[in-house]
Amino acid sequence: MTKSYLSLELIDKTFERGGTRTEVLKHVSLSVDKGEFISIIGHSGCGKSTLLNIVAGLTQATTGVVLLDGKVVDEPGPDRAVVFQNHSLLPWLTVYENVRLAVDKVFSATRSKQERHGWTMRNLELVQMAHAADKRPSEVSGGMKQRVGIARALAMEPKLLLLDEPFGALDALTRAHLQDQVMQIHATLGNTVLMITHDVDEAVLLSDRIVMMTNGPSAKIGEILDVPLARPRRRIELASDRTYLKCREAVLKFLYERHRFVEAAE
Amino acid sequence: MSVTNLKLKPQATPQSSAQVIALERTAGPGIDSRLSRLAAAAATNLLPLLVSLTLFILAWQLICSSPESSLPAPTRVLEESWELIAHPFYTGQGVDQGLFWHVFASLQRVALGYAMAAAVGVALGTLVGQSALAMRGLDPIFQVLRTVPPLAWLPLSLAAFQDGNPSAIFVIFITAIWPIIINTAVGIRNIPQDYQNVAKVLRLNGFEYFGKIMLPAAAPYIFTGLRIGIGLSWLAIVAAEMLIGGVGIGFFIWDAWNSSLISDIIVALIYVGIVGFFLDRLIALIGRAITRGTANA
Repeated sequence: MTKSYLSLELIDKTFERGGTRTEVLKHVSLSVDKGEFISIIGHSGCGKSTLLNIVAGLTQATTGVVLLDGKVVDEPGPDRAVVFQNHSLLPWLTVYENVRLAVDKVFSATRSKQERHGWTMRNLELVQMAHAADKRPSEVSGGMKQRVGIARALAMEPKLLLLDEPFGALDALTRAHLQDQVMQIHATLGNTVLMITHDVDEAVLLSDRIVMMTNGPSAKIGEILDVPLARPRRRIELASDRTYLKCREAVLKFLYERHRFVEAAE
Repeated sequence: MSVTNLKLKPQATPQSSAQVIALERTAGPGIDSRLSRLAAAAATNLLPLLVSLTLFILAWQLICSSPESSLPAPTRVLEESWELIAHPFYTGQGVDQGLFWHVFASLQRVALGYAMAAAVGVALGTLVGQSALAMRGLDPIFQVLRTVPPLAWLPLSLAAFQDGNPSAIFVIFITAIWPIIINTAVGIRNIPQDYQNVAKVLRLNGFEYFGKIMLPAAAPYIFTGLRIGIGLSWLAIVAAEMLIGGVGIGFFIWDAWNSSLISDIIVALIYVGIVGFFLDRLIALIGRAITRGTANA
């Protein structure tokens, strides 16, 4: 277990507020290999975002440990780049400057100014946003903002890419387009990815494995589903693929039959 | 839906401005129509103002035109203070200066006191906004001190500085600083968690965080404070100068009152109002230029 690239070991998280303890996560253990694409799916309030924040280092686990590439994770850092649900671009910087800020920070010592400029542009090209480099976030669409957020994360060359419901706020067409782009990037760069989602199709389409969380409080991993679909995957062909449908059914069954009693969304 | 709207916006603006140039070059009627459009815009914006101004002056003239009126009518103001109105740049001995020089002297004091208030205010506001400990320790003091009227500080500062000019500057400083501190602190406290998370993931150090995240994120709040501050400064300087004397618009008004030159006071008040208006607009303009794009995307 400790041999894997990323491993979460017996993560517990309790929040304490005004004398009342809420146990959010209980005994969450997971190991992820290098280059794997893992989705974490569950109902609202099941603590999946908390789990991602713990891996990102933005929240501390109460007990348990996260190991990435043999090192303990105890603070946020650019080796675990996060793509936030609401893109979190700095509105006073241009698209280019937003990515450049990350590039400058991570590669200030190792790359020349010229190289950092080139690397910034390469990552913008990777998400097809180079044409809007000088625009401000408020001047581009929601999907474009999220693409810049992805470019910013990729530009840090993270060991682990964390996606926190990255397409949740987008319309269906834009979402599909971005999912395809993420698949393509994953195929090209071979990143290790941990993605939070509540979209069953998205999880099946993108993931190698789907981690299904039980409902909170005291959420734990209910089941891990392997998605044995060959890559590259094409959404139209998969729509009638039997393995795809089976995986989809398994996730739906887990979410809506075995764990359908949802506490009021947080 | 909002996606397409946002996409179209940046493209639409350059197109329309390009069209205007093309019209100007090709045909005469283009200029005519542009001029008439300009005139129409001026009419819609300025006409109501001119009408109300005319009505106001007419009423003033009617009310104050009787010989035993205690305040002069507009025509008498023009007549009695014509020297003052016509020669704003006049230089004489001592406090016998044109109005421009009086206003200029006041503006210098305001500039100095206000600049110090802005620097110290943003720094203290950042401290209070950033640290809960500083907030608990300092905020109650600020809340009490900010209610002290500007002029109440004057005797104390005269005692401390033993001189009129630095005292007036101190009064400006102490008047302008509170809204700047309080608004900056609110701005800093309201920095969205998202931006803080970005800073954490990027591991920005304290200095980078201050420059790249804190100041730009709080800038709209800071400029609200700065704008309130400049207004209060200009209010306070007139009052302070009445007491400290020397060249300055405040003392000019006091001096005119002592010489029973009521018309001069009216002219000076118009100067004070217009300068105050432009000071406010200046800060608003700087604020808009600096915080462009900060409106949340």
